[in-house]
Amino acid sequence: MKIGIPKEVHDGERRVATTPEVAGQLINKLGFEVAIQSGAGAAANFPDSAYEEAGVTVVNDAKAVWDESDIILKVRAPEFNPDLKTEEVDLLHENQILITFLWPAQNPDLLKKLSEKKVTAMAMDSVPRISRAQKMDALSSMANIAGYRAVVEAAQHFGRFFTGQITAAGKIPPAKVMVIGAGVAGLAAIGAANSMGAIVRAFDTRPEVKEQVESMDAEFLELDFEEEGSGAGGYAKVMSKEFIEAEMALFAEQAKEVDIIITTALIPGKPAPELILEDMVKTMKEGSVIVDLAAEQGGNCKLTEAGKVIKVHGVSIIGYTDLPSRLPTQSSQLYGTNLRHLLTDMCPEKDGNVVVDFEDEVVRGATVVKDGEITWPPPEPKLSAAPAKPVEEAKPVMPEAKEEEKPSWLGPAITMGLGGLALFGLGAVAPASFMAHFTVFVLACFVGYMVIWNVTAALHTPLMSVTNAISSIIIIGALLQISSGEKIIMWLAGLAVLITAINIAGGFAVTRRMLDMFRK
Amino acid sequence: MNPGIVTVSYIGATILFILALGGLSNQETARRGNIYGIIGMTIALIATIAGVTANIGLLVGGLLIGGTIGLILAKRVQMTEMPELVAILHSLVGMAAVLVGFANFMDPASHFEGVELTIHDIETYLGILIGAVTFSGSVIAFGKLSGKITGNPMLIPGRHWLNLGLLIATIYVCKMFVDQSAAGHGGGLVPLLIMTGIALLFGIHMVMAIGGADMPVVVSMLNSYSGWAASATGFMLNNDLLIVTGALVGSSGAILSYIMCRAMNRKFLSVIAGGFGTTSGAAAAGEVGEQGEVVALEAHEVAQLLKDSKEVMIIPGYGMAVAQAQHIVYEITKALRAKKINVRFGIHPVAGRMPGHMNVLLAEARVPYDIVYEMDEINDDFPNIDVSIVIGANDIVNPSAQTDPNSPIAGMPVMECWKGKTSIVLKRGMATGYAGVQNPLFFKENTRMLFGDAGKSLDAVFKDL
Repeated sequence: MKIGIPKEVHDGERRVATTPEVAGQLINKLGFEVAIQSGAGAAANFPDSAYEEAGVTVVNDAKAVWDESDIILKVRAPEFNPDLKTEEVDLLHENQILITFLWPAQNPDLLKKLSEKKVTAMAMDSVPRISRAQKMDALSSMANIAGYRAVVEAAQHFGRFFTGQITAAGKIPPAKVMVIGAGVAGLAAIGAANSMGAIVRAFDTRPEVKEQVESMDAEFLELDFEEEGSGAGGYAKVMSKEFIEAEMALFAEQAKEVDIIITTALIPGKPAPELILEDMVKTMKEGSVIVDLAAEQGGNCKLTEAGKVIKVHGVSIIGYTDLPSRLPTQSSQLYGTNLRHLLTDMCPEKDGNVVVDFEDEVVRGATVVKDGEITWPPPEPKLSAAPAKPVEEAKPVMPEAKEEEKPSWLGPAITMGLGGLALFGLGAVAPASFMAHFTVFVLACFVGYMVIWNVTAALHTPLMSVTNAISSIIIIGALLQISSGEKIIMWLAGLAVLITAINIAGGFAVTRRMLDMFRK
Repeated sequence: MNPGIVTVSYIGATILFILALGGLSNQETARRGNIYGIIGMTIALIATIAGVTANIGLLVGGLLIGGTIGLILAKRVQMTEMPELVAILHSLVGMAAVLVGFANFMDPASHFEGVELTIHDIETYLGILIGAVTFSGSVIAFGKLSGKITGNPMLIPGRHWLNLGLLIATIYVCKMFVDQSAAGHGGGLVPLLIMTGIALLFGIHMVMAIGGADMPVVVSMLNSYSGWAASATGFMLNNDLLIVTGALVGSSGAILSYIMCRAMNRKFLSVIAGGFGTTSGAAAAGEVGEQGEVVALEAHEVAQLLKDSKEVMIIPGYGMAVAQAQHIVYEITKALRAKKINVRFGIHPVAGRMPGHMNVLLAEARVPYDIVYEMDEINDDFPNIDVSIVIGANDIVNPSAQTDPNSPIAGMPVMECWKGKTSIVLKRGMATGYAGVQNPLFFKENTRMLFGDAGKSLDAVFKDL
């Protein structure tokens, strides 16, 4: 089948749905044909020549890409194409497969149009959040980039270093960054800010992310308040009024102290919660920065204006909604890889033909229109991330709960008692000569125990081969008997000498060989 | 020779043997320890041979031929075949004990009366018994280790009853033997032969029932038995050197067995009884449902991951020995260390088929021993590790040992590689390990699989470095 990648037409969109590397894999590993509109990758620093090298056909005419492809890969949902002066939806034809971000919940009209065109449409934003589908989770990929870019944008508008320094000209305090919402974007922001040297704090309503935040060397801000904030699918849910009040008090207090606030709080299907109010912004230091990653959904800060940077009360408030597009090379690469994984999943034969298999949970979840029929919303995913969570939480507890079993004194006492009795019994009947040997035997066991106990594990094999050689001391027994006049005894002893000699020579020699190999 | 001088020589030999075992406790002194052992053995041999009055030709011939065979074996053996060699050498000790026991029993020169005769008879009986069990057990272990016999545990129904029956039979035959022997000189050969047969059977049955990954315990247990056999022979011959040396070796093997069992969190008896988790196996099998998806990587991606890391941990398992991959592993190690990447090795106590098996293989590939660490030394470092490479190991990196109390391997100490940033598992396919438990490690988010023969995969990785 032929895959076509048209140039993105959204104003300011720099991403492209496929990189040359991904295209090469689609062609060589999965057997697709790939065509791209000339200049589609230019803004993401992928020139046409790179695509040609990977085996992609570069097509000048956008309409030809739309017309001749069986599968269209895009980043943005279809919209009005100013070059062709037509809606992109109208360029689709029957039985085509469109894979892109679609936001079906926000775009019911688009869904309808797609169904009228009798195409199959798959929304990358609807890929279910199950562990198998992680490699296709484009939302996470983009969130990761957005989180990173948020820190870069903040640094751009922040008048100071992130890291603290002691210089000849004086001391520079490190910047303090607060990240609200420790999802994928939040964690990426924590990591980026941390690596620039800032002091990072993070807050999230879901207590289970505390461990993740702390693993990234950030401080987890906690409320003295009991409420579980985990909703279905690993996302957050709406909290109670009391909780929000406590939360706001915490933010108000932090706002006075921190230099940079990065907010990433989103609740699926709801407008972004308003967390940073105007009076909090007022209390922030002059020159502080707020980056609002929820700007598109209304913003976590009351003052945010989507798509703009504004300066209010001396604080820069960044409301860009196209952060992934501001790192076009990186986001194209990750998005392209997400698409490739999805196509790999849909193309089990690796023969360049895709099947839209509704038995496949991932494909089912992502498909919003199938052959002209609206199939959105999908049935609940069988395995959401939520049931897995209690297990995860239980894990760290497990090893602690497993206390060392207290050794019962009864067992050893009985063993010792029986052993003692047996020894007394033996002593009572055995002749003195036997007891002398027996003494030697018991002492030797103890010496062996003392000597061996400290052997390093690395030397266990040489130890076994040397003890094996030494246990051939049994040759002494054979030597004592070999002088016997009886033929059969002589031969038995002779044979014993022969095999123990193998053992002695072999054991010591192989030990030596092994030990010679151990070197610093 | 003067008996006093012989005794003194024996004391010297004993001390040298103790020093030999003590020397083996760390790398610095290990070579010296081996030399002490050789000297001790030489002294003991000279002192004893000086007392030999006849059949010198047979003696010297046996020593020379045997010694030559031994040296050739030691020179030729591949390091991956060490467990087999050790096993077959154990069988020789066991067989020698049997031969010496029979020779002693037939020796007309020995005269014992009353209780002494009974004790001597029991000593002979025990010496042959342990020797025969060691012999047949070691031969089977050799067969299993070299792949001539299947490594799967052979579980005969009612095997515990069979073992118990054999035990009772040996006790009964022992009584027969003592009675017949007391009745007149030369009596008792038949019960002795019957017992030898039973002991051989017992040895075969015991090792047949034990599976591949329990082999470290079996090998060290047979090591221990070979010592006890020597000790029992010493009692029979009234020879303190044999008793002491046998006891040293016996306790050494017993300690090794104990260490191995502890490393698997299993009771010694349950290993010996054979099989694995037969009771909880069903419960574990029922939980196969909860799985995720494995993410496979290509060799060049693995190479890239390695190049981009700072801390690398290599966890070898039996698969590395099978694929003979230790040399290429060290080539990779060298290449990475040249790039200032800190590569270390983490060895689980029961990795491989013999205690210390992995260490010997790595030493053969000239990996310096100061970058090879034991599990306990290294387990806390995993959170700082960027990439862990698991080569042909399974159960020793299974997180369910810690998380799933119903798992057959619950409580077994494991290498916690999943705590690192990324784990790469080299495996031929998705088969379960010896314990037959699915390994959740493979489905973890930060785990990547590299399928294929470990040697070939690593060759490809090395080319891309």
